Amino acid sequence: MTALTARGRGSAALSPRPRAARRAARLRESLVGWGFLAPNLALMAIFLFLPILWALQLSFQDSQGFGSPEWVGLKNYARLIGDPVFWQSFGNTIVFTILTVPITMVGGLGLAVLMNSVLPARGVFRTLIVLPMVISGVASGMIATIIFYQSNGIINKVLSAVGLNPVAWQSEGWPALISVVIVAIWLRIGFNMIIYLAGLQGIEPELYEAARIDGAGRWQQLRSITVPLVGPSTFFLLIMNVIASFQVFDLIFVMTGGGPGNSTSVLVTYAYRNGFQIREQGYGAAIGIVILVITLLFTLVQWRTSRMRDQVG
Amino acid sequence: MTRSTVTRTMTSANNLAPAPAVATSGDRAPRKKSRNSAAMIGGRKGIVWRSAIAVVVAVIMAFPLYWMVVVAFSPRGEVFEPTLRFWPSAWTTENFQRVFELYPVATWFGNSVVIGLFVTFFTVIVNLLAGYAFARLRFRGRNVLFLLTLATMMIPIQAIMVAQFRLVSGLGIYGSYWGVILPGAAAAFGIFLARQFFIGIPDEIVEAAKIDGAGQIRIFLQVVLPLSKPLIAVLILLTLMGSWNDFAWPLIALSDNQLFTLPIGLLYLQNQTAPNYNATMALALISVIPVVVLFLSFQRYFVQGFARSGIR
Repeated sequence: MTALTARGRGSAALSPRPRAARRAARLRESLVGWGFLAPNLALMAIFLFLPILWALQLSFQDSQGFGSPEWVGLKNYARLIGDPVFWQSFGNTIVFTILTVPITMVGGLGLAVLMNSVLPARGVFRTLIVLPMVISGVASGMIATIIFYQSNGIINKVLSAVGLNPVAWQSEGWPALISVVIVAIWLRIGFNMIIYLAGLQGIEPELYEAARIDGAGRWQQLRSITVPLVGPSTFFLLIMNVIASFQVFDLIFVMTGGGPGNSTSVLVTYAYRNGFQIREQGYGAAIGIVILVITLLFTLVQWRTSRMRDQVG
Repeated sequence: MTRSTVTRTMTSANNLAPAPAVATSGDRAPRKKSRNSAAMIGGRKGIVWRSAIAVVVAVIMAFPLYWMVVVAFSPRGEVFEPTLRFWPSAWTTENFQRVFELYPVATWFGNSVVIGLFVTFFTVIVNLLAGYAFARLRFRGRNVLFLLTLATMMIPIQAIMVAQFRLVSGLGIYGSYWGVILPGAAAAFGIFLARQFFIGIPDEIVEAAKIDGAGQIRIFLQVVLPLSKPLIAVLILLTLMGSWNDFAWPLIALSDNQLFTLPIGLLYLQNQTAPNYNATMALALISVIPVVVLFLSFQRYFVQGFARSGIR
């Protein structure tokens, strides 16, 4: 291959028709490029694009388990619209996202500012904050199950000890959802801190000095220097956090299984339940397609916005 | 086109090449600079307050992990007794003995290792090749393909799992290591890390090799790869961790108890009719220790990788 390229180059230099030679060189580079990409393309085609098409086909079928599938047109989608559990899962997904994303981001920025300041044993603090990121969702969920355990879990015991009422973390809807939100924040806040920390370290210290000379207080410095200047990090984190929240699966699966009732059921767990627990795979596939469409819409909006930002900024 | 958000922000998150100490534990390198900017935000006056806040946050962050250890070493059932205690009445290893007796823990651990190594091997090779193509080769369709690859990162497995399950069954690899390994290697996040890194390699180096008559493949293997050790380290660590912690797909693709990975084994323990939470935490601890050790040993690489790929 190398020899070939080298020879091609030699003949290109001598060629009386440089345009043709250039075209040949470009073709050769194209081939090399596609060759480098081939394994990636093959994997994506087989394990992502093919399943997407297949899922689309399945979503038009009524297939329970492995019986012969029956073409039912839009029936699965019509059923979706009338399915209260689907809408509840949809609503829970939104509520979960609205609860987790702002807290994680504000908390992450706060911690980044803290970790960017003079602090003894800063490295130790940073490590502890980032550490949950490497813990699997399953392990985190199980630890949380024990901590939030309703009868004599450590949190409820502490609440009782200080004279408060224990919370029904497992038998009531809202507390159950809140407990998952807390664990998700615990898992993700370190990531937000890292990104913000990188953003903060790019800010010129002179800016703060100038602001101080102008008499700006600490809060004002934060508002008019720090927050605007970490804008790109904020944008990036917003996308990453929304996607992560939209796809939260492990935690809910392990901690609540979507319950009590369906009060913590989200779209991805509902799709799993239909596909693999109730085994209505056609219906499960239809929910999957809805998830896919929402994800793509979000991605599109995000690209649009980023292009707009490119033009404005 | 290639100026899509993720790449843009990843660039702004900073350039990979010479391992900038973003937020590593090592207080050595960044100390001076941070101290300067720190002085701007608050100075030394509030140090007591800030330390107090930091301690509170650190305790909250560390508590769940501490509690896992406590439960794993407590006598069975003790943590759910009405007495409030933050420390086991007696440290015991009975939970570990139990979990090893009742379940094929060593097998699960081995499965996690084997699958993790294979996934990592394939993923890193695929990522390096694709990242190099997107970064340094010119060919028709590159931008469209890059956009497509970007988009795949957003697709949750749950959207296509029913079809993927049928596909894997159809290929005859359902319920085997390969049913987990091959779909796992289709992960795209490392491609962006790789692309970002390769863009940062100075043109002169590549041009010099070209003038010496090296073809693209030789340039990649003999010039670029030897310069990419930090990238390869980050890719290996992140992929290994991702595979080790992966849950949703192995849950679907593995049915045989003997092939379970640790996360699926954990779930299996919890789903017993009378779950023994102490045993569960013992297994959780066993599953968590390798990644924590890896993280503490290579914190700098992990943090860099997180900062650029945005997994989680």
